[in-house]
Amino acid sequence: MTFLNHLINGISLGSVYAIIALGYTMVYGIAKMLNFAHGDVIMVGAYVCFFASSSFGLPPILGVLLAMAVCTALGVVIERLAYKPLRQATSLAVLITAIGMSYFLQNAAQLLWTSNPKIFPTFFTVTDRETGAVKTGISLFEGQLNLSYASIVTIAACIVIMIALTLFTSKSKMGKAMRACSEDKAAAQLMGINVNTTISMTFAIGSCLAAIAGVLLCSSYPTLQPTTGSMPGIKAFTAAVFGGIGSIPGALLGGILLGVIEILAKAYLSTQLSDAIVFAVLIVVLLVKPAGLLGKLVREKV
Amino acid sequence: MKRLSKTSRANGLTYVMVVAAFVILQALSAGGGLSSTLQGQLVPICAYVVMALSLNLTVGILGELSLGHAGFMSVGAFAGTVAAVSLQAALPSAPVRLLVSMIVGAGCAAVAGFLIGIPVLRLNGDYLAIVTLAFGEIIKSIVNNLYIGMDGVGLHVSFLKNTMTLGEGGRMILNGPMGIPGIQKISTFTAGFLLILVALIIIFNLVNSRAGRAIMAIRDNRIAAESVGIGVTKYKMMAFVLSAALAGAAGTLFAQGQTAVIATKFDFNTSILILVFVVLGGLGRMWGSIIAAAALTILPEALRGFATYRMLVYAIVLILVMLATNNPMLKSFFARIIPKRKGASVDG
Repeated sequence: MTFLNHLINGISLGSVYAIIALGYTMVYGIAKMLNFAHGDVIMVGAYVCFFASSSFGLPPILGVLLAMAVCTALGVVIERLAYKPLRQATSLAVLITAIGMSYFLQNAAQLLWTSNPKIFPTFFTVTDRETGAVKTGISLFEGQLNLSYASIVTIAACIVIMIALTLFTSKSKMGKAMRACSEDKAAAQLMGINVNTTISMTFAIGSCLAAIAGVLLCSSYPTLQPTTGSMPGIKAFTAAVFGGIGSIPGALLGGILLGVIEILAKAYLSTQLSDAIVFAVLIVVLLVKPAGLLGKLVREKV
Repeated sequence: MKRLSKTSRANGLTYVMVVAAFVILQALSAGGGLSSTLQGQLVPICAYVVMALSLNLTVGILGELSLGHAGFMSVGAFAGTVAAVSLQAALPSAPVRLLVSMIVGAGCAAVAGFLIGIPVLRLNGDYLAIVTLAFGEIIKSIVNNLYIGMDGVGLHVSFLKNTMTLGEGGRMILNGPMGIPGIQKISTFTAGFLLILVALIIIFNLVNSRAGRAIMAIRDNRIAAESVGIGVTKYKMMAFVLSAALAGAAGTLFAQGQTAVIATKFDFNTSILILVFVVLGGLGRMWGSIIAAAALTILPEALRGFATYRMLVYAIVLILVMLATNNPMLKSFFARIIPKRKGASVDG
């Protein structure tokens, strides 16, 4: 039973990683760049939601929507100002710019909101009608299996997002344009696809998902600081590579596996070494499957 | 007199620049012209310069992106410091002890580089980058849980938990997450300067040798290099291990200039910081790495006047410099307002 508990916690954490990894993998698929600032967009989303509910007293759902709107705008602005002028530059130059953007967001957050950790409110509670007690989760099998509402919502959100995104990329016109751009930008442009709009759209979707991920992450791990986003960002990036970067199902699989491995390693092997174990598994997987679990291995042509 | 080739002249200029900077700084610090914060920064600047040179060997010359270079610095810092502390009685002379500990640090980092290189160098591009990132984090976690103590019998090592019982007069050297406290600062600016010179000599000689040309051929086109009979893995490994060894020596220099070191100092952010030095200085350009490392280490200190905004300004400067140097429109704009002098880059 404890194993099942850990497994559910792992899947819940993994779902957050998967949602973040989607942002990395979509941007990588289209713009061929590692957007290091993505982790910090998560942090911004969490802060916006925090202040919306604690300072302005907005209901949680409005807070989340506001965070999504702010992050979407932020993602598009970042792309326009910092990445678009570097479309033709080497990938390293874009990488360093993204790192600069990540520093910028972290330090701006530190100035605006100070580095004192904020305690994120628990949104996902149910008040018992009869007793009036506030519950944060349900327990099954006489208290042996505890499911927090935050985990349930996180996993559900992840599933919904995955289905929506898969439908979007396969059915809608914009989604098809995205796939065309990731295949071959020049050819897509010749077919009348507006590449710049498509790339902006990708950043918008990725950043919007980052806001959701930020709120979900902080609902389970409620300490909010300007550096909150960086480690989950790195982990999610790892998850995207793990599943095969550029592939949407890969991000889901990679994220969930990474979360489960992390929680199980923490529970059964060693708390201090859990990160090392996660990264060691990644290395082993990449050695066996150099393009990740679901990645396509592109043959080199001579 | 035989005319020097363009590269040897550029290399000569780099040496002249380093020596001149050393002489000027030495004179300034003897005359009291340096502020005490800058004086304290001299050893870290030297360490970061060597780190930038070593990473430039991997990224600029070998052409592989490494996101875990701080891991090698960490190996060098801890191995070197443990060596220096345990040899304190045997080698009373500080410069000799520093030299020996640097050799130990470089050796341990080279071994780590070799072990990591076996799996890493089979991959390409972004996958290689993420695996180096992973190794950097693994090294950090391992060092963070390592305990080393010393007593009359010798060194004791334990992992995860401090299980050792030390004999009479024993002391803990490396204390897990607490790192190594109370280091005797034996690194000097002169030692740092000499290490930079050694690193430059090694890198320039490698680049101008048969092996160096093979390494650059692999960078420019791996398949073509392979087809003319260059052993790709061998040369990649050579550059990678050398780069790791230099980073290890830099780590020892850095640690010996601090009063205490902890494993979390050498994290992903430090790796990225060094990568920023290399990319801003120019890939494959050693003098660029030196200037960028020195300037960007001083910049946050120089901005201390407006302390709260300094990292924000740093980030903005970084983004603007990248945009100004890489955007074709801005580039042509700068070219117009700053007309290029004929042969300016050659005479100098």
